[in-house]
Formats: sequence, C-alpha cells, structure tokens
Amino acid sequence: MTTMTAAQAGLMSCHACGLLHRPVGPAHDLVCTRCGAALHTRKPDSIKRTWALLIAAYILIIPANLLPVMISGSLFGSETDTIMSGVVFLWIDGSWPLAVILFIASIAVPFSKLLALTYLLVSVQRRSTLAPAQRTRLYRVLEFVGRWSMIDIYVAALLTALVQFGGLMSIRAGPGAIAFGAVVVLTMFAAETFDPRLIWDPVEASRGR
Amino acid sequence: MHALRLHACHDCDLLQREVPLALGGTARCPRCGAVLYRRKADGLDRTLAYSLGAAVLFLIANAFPIVGLEAAGHHSSTTLFGAVRQLYDDDMTSVAGLVFTTTILMPGLEIAALLYLLLPLKLGRVPRGLPAVFRLVHAVRPWGMVEVFLLGTLVALTKLAALASVVPGIALWSFGALMFLVAAAAASFDTHALWERVEEVR
Repeated sequence: MTTMTAAQAGLMSCHACGLLHRPVGPAHDLVCTRCGAALHTRKPDSIKRTWALLIAAYILIIPANLLPVMISGSLFGSETDTIMSGVVFLWIDGSWPLAVILFIASIAVPFSKLLALTYLLVSVQRRSTLAPAQRTRLYRVLEFVGRWSMIDIYVAALLTALVQFGGLMSIRAGPGAIAFGAVVVLTMFAAETFDPRLIWDPVEASRGR
Repeated sequence: MHALRLHACHDCDLLQREVPLALGGTARCPRCGAVLYRRKADGLDRTLAYSLGAAVLFLIANAFPIVGLEAAGHHSSTTLFGAVRQLYDDDMTSVAGLVFTTTILMPGLEIAALLYLLLPLKLGRVPRGLPAVFRLVHAVRPWGMVEVFLLGTLVALTKLAALASVVPGIALWSFGALMFLVAAAAASFDTHALWERVEEVR
C-alpha cells in the first residue's frame, strides 16, 4: 500500500475537530464546515512564530533564574530566594523528593524545552529526514511537560498569601516570578505554534524523488 | 464514496482509512504513534457525569480556604482567589493574572463549556453556538493546570511546615478530587461520539 499525506491528496484536516475537507477555490479564509475553526494545510508562519516566541523565552530565562522569585522579610532583615536557592532549601530541609521534583519542573524542564524546540526548528529548516518519528515523539513530550514548570509560581502565590504576619514575617513574590511565568507561557505558545507535520514534509519530498 | 471515511494524523498528516473501534479502543497513527481517536464506553454520559461532579467541586474548592497557618499566636488562611488578590495588591499583576487564568478561569471555562455542550445534547437538543463552544473546549484545555497547582500547594506546605503549624483546609481536598475529575472528563470526552450525537439530534 502506498502512503500519502492529506496535503499531497489536496485535503485539509480541521485542527479542532479533525474533519477532513477538500478545499474548493482559493485556499485562504477557509473554515471548517462542522466546527467553524480556521483551516490551514500547515499552521500559518509556524517556523517564524515559533522562533519569535522561543527567542523571547531565551532572553527571559536569564532574569527568571537570576532575580529573586520570593522575598521574605522578618524582624532580622530580609532574605531573597531564587529558583535554585528554593530547590537547595528544600534539599537541605530533608524533603529531597520534593527538591528533585522542583528541580526537574523549574530548572531541567524549561531549559531542555528551549533546547529541544531549537533542535526541532533547526532540523525542520535544514529539511532533515533523520528519525522523524522520534522527533515527533519529542514534540509530544514537550507539549505535555511544559505546564509542570508552573509549580514555582504557585508556591510563590501561596506563600505570599499565607505568610503575612506584619513586621514579624512576611513573604512577597519577587520580579523573578514575572520573568519565570513569562518563560512558561512563551514556551507553551511556542510549542503550540510549532507544526509537527513540518517534520514529515521533507521525508515525503525525498521519497517522491 | 461516502462509505470511505478518511482521517489525517494531526501530528504527521498521514492519510488513513478510519476504522471502527471496539469499546475502549484507541486508534494510533502507524507512522508516528499519535493517538488519533478513541471509542469510549457510555459515549458522552460519563463525560457529563464527571463534568457535573467537577462543577460542584470547583465551587467548593474556590469558596473555602486552601490552607491555614498558625505561627506565634497569629492565624492566617487563604482561598485561591485570596492568593490572587494578594499578588495583585503586591503589584505582581502579571503573576496574579497567570495564577487566576490557569487555576480558576480556564478550568472553570472548560467545565462550564462541557456542561453547556453535553446537558442539552443529553436532553435531545443542540445547544446554540455549539461549534464555537466546542472550539472553546479545545482552546482552553492546555491552560487549565489544577494538577500542577496541587503539586505547588504540596511544595508550599512542606516549606511552611518548617516555620509554622499548617492546617489543610476543605478546598485542598476538593482540589485533589477536582484534579481527578477534570482529567477524567477530558480523557473520556469522545469527540466522535459528540458529532454523531449532534447528527442524531438534528
């Protein structure tokens, strides 16, 4: 059996409900006949948009890790916590499983997500035909894993709300939290704008030759 | 021509014939392994039940305090919205917005949209604006992060336990249960069955 993609067959599938369409007439401003979502053969300007979001995330991940995410003030002065020092605090305080989770979610995941998206973009732009199935799987992992980086934001939010004992002790979220939240959101949007079907287009093209 | 139903993989665009599945079956793309569609037991009823349960828990989880804290004779407690308010008052507007969006707005929208679609369909009517609400469910899903929030709460409690005595609130348990119900509603939502039901009712 010969295989064929929807694009080669001149068909478009709806990204929201999955219905296949055979477009007639000019191929712009088309909407799904069933659920009304905009139809595209590939996500529009996928590579450019993903790069833009990714570069912004690369820039913001620096302040996200250097600036304090939490500032705690007490009678004895104030103390600041970056993401890394939060992990170290948990590690020393005995709850090492949580320290490991936090390290993976707040440090390992954001950095590896940036690197993996960069790899996917570069490999698509170089029209690589290497291991497309693995790269697609990598993309699916990226899509799933990004949300877990939000843990640190929620920790900061809860501590801020709970530890309000006036001059005795109080915790505020620091500027690092803003940058960190922005990195999470930007990389989630970047994963959403990347079109994994672009990984397979060069594979199809080289097979056709 | 109508008998031949085709499906394009959303991850690699491979065109394939749609095959009927057994109950509980999953269709995967033979080329890249993406899950294409599933056939769920009880069609949409289970999703409706999970969504109803989630709606109740969502209200409880937002109305009651998540945790209370006692230190040196002081007592403090907060609801989820209270945490958002505190961030907002501390001029952390964007972080407050992010927390509000991912833990209150998006999960709430997802539950409400599912109920809006499934309740009338159950009663034999097609709700107004069904296509738009269907797309809303699709768009909102990645941004609801109840399960991540719960893990964040756990980390926060561990940190606090070092300096004060921590009293878990009703909302904490509600969030725990809400996490499972939201995930179950999402996993059981069979979009094939939805569109078939819409055809039946019309």
